[in-house]
Amino acid sequence: MCLGIPSKIVSIDGDNAIVSVGGTRVEASLQLLTDIQVGDYVLLHTGFAIEKISPEEAEETLKLLQKLGEPEGEIKPSENKVD
Amino acid sequence: MKYIDEFRNAELVKILTEKIRAEAKKEINLMEVCGGHTWAIQKFGIPSLMPKEVRLISGPGCPVCVTGRRYIDQAIAYSRLNDTIITTFGDLIRVPGSTSSLNLEKSKGADIRIVYSILDALKIARVNPSKKVIFLGIGFEATASSSAAGVFNAKKENLTNFFLFSSHKIMPPAMSALIDEGIKINGYLAPGHVSAITGSHIYDEFPVKYKVGCVISGFEPVDILQSIYMLQQQVNDEQYRVEIQYNRVVNHEGNLKAKELIAQVFTLRDDWWRGLGVLKGSGLGLSEAYADYDAEKMITVAVEKTLEEKGCICGEILKGLKKPDECRLFAKACTPSNPVGSCMVSHEGACAAYYNFGRH
Repeated sequence: MCLGIPSKIVSIDGDNAIVSVGGTRVEASLQLLTDIQVGDYVLLHTGFAIEKISPEEAEETLKLLQKLGEPEGEIKPSENKVD
Repeated sequence: MKYIDEFRNAELVKILTEKIRAEAKKEINLMEVCGGHTWAIQKFGIPSLMPKEVRLISGPGCPVCVTGRRYIDQAIAYSRLNDTIITTFGDLIRVPGSTSSLNLEKSKGADIRIVYSILDALKIARVNPSKKVIFLGIGFEATASSSAAGVFNAKKENLTNFFLFSSHKIMPPAMSALIDEGIKINGYLAPGHVSAITGSHIYDEFPVKYKVGCVISGFEPVDILQSIYMLQQQVNDEQYRVEIQYNRVVNHEGNLKAKELIAQVFTLRDDWWRGLGVLKGSGLGLSEAYADYDAEKMITVAVEKTLEEKGCICGEILKGLKKPDECRLFAKACTPSNPVGSCMVSHEGACAAYYNFGRH
């Protein structure tokens, strides 16, 4: 039930969208989001797109982890999102 | 697939595993409270990568598992009414009730349909105007938001034969209850998709009141390992805080539109959790404005007396007090094809995940 699948927006018709889930096209509701464009990635959960996936944040996380593997690599608290 | 493959990268898994081993300075207990995490942790063999100092414990994060038997019995009673169609997520139909299950009722002819989304239940209601269509709403804030949208849409289009039978719950009261009960937890691996809806502030009290760290985690192995490492650092430095590892999806404020819908459609009420009992303000019932869509208020039904299963230790497993293989029924009388307790039913349940992936 917690399953959320990264899906790419293929087309939009009002609050309804067709999304691609690894190549399979399914219907998704955009009712819970605003400002979604074709080509965006969203997290699909029980038929609803519940959040837009940020490509910048994903890339930053991966870069941070690569850096962690370098000698003396360390994540400083300021590089994480701290509440 | 994009945003999945990168976070299953073997090199990053190795880097993080080494960091976690190097950071293993004292014994710590980390609990996940999301069924998706329970499943992923077992599927990806995360426990086998942990140094002995890091103990991973499954908490009450599987919606099917924490739902009371009384709820199943009432759903079964609804399914026996002539003019009714039950719509439900697939997990729930195999959960044993006191004397039957939805699966058994379906085999006897009850109209019970598995749907992927509440939107599918609305479609069924539209094409069956002479039937009452009841959607079994279980799960935490993420599924509650989709149920809220479904009920909102039903009212908007004046669909009068659609009803929600809500067992939706919110997560923080259970997380507090576990610590209040004295269960030793140093850090929570906080649920990713619940937090996508709620934002991070729902966990703010844990570092302050309990000195327990919270890291909101994604669901791939790299996400989970990074979150464990972040929690380890918090514990070692004794600097407890709420952090977001899953920042490609979760932000501090959450999904405002979804939160607004939940607040409009639902109202907080006390609710019963398997293992924890009744927790104040932990459940979501339909608000007065949406009472016409509330199955409990609109459809009267007699429910049989609740009989609890004997010998099942689901309640203790959900609190992290026992591991699935400490139950004498595990993998003997209780298996995924013939579950005795709810934790063996859903693939997100600790017993089912452990049965499928965790046994050596």
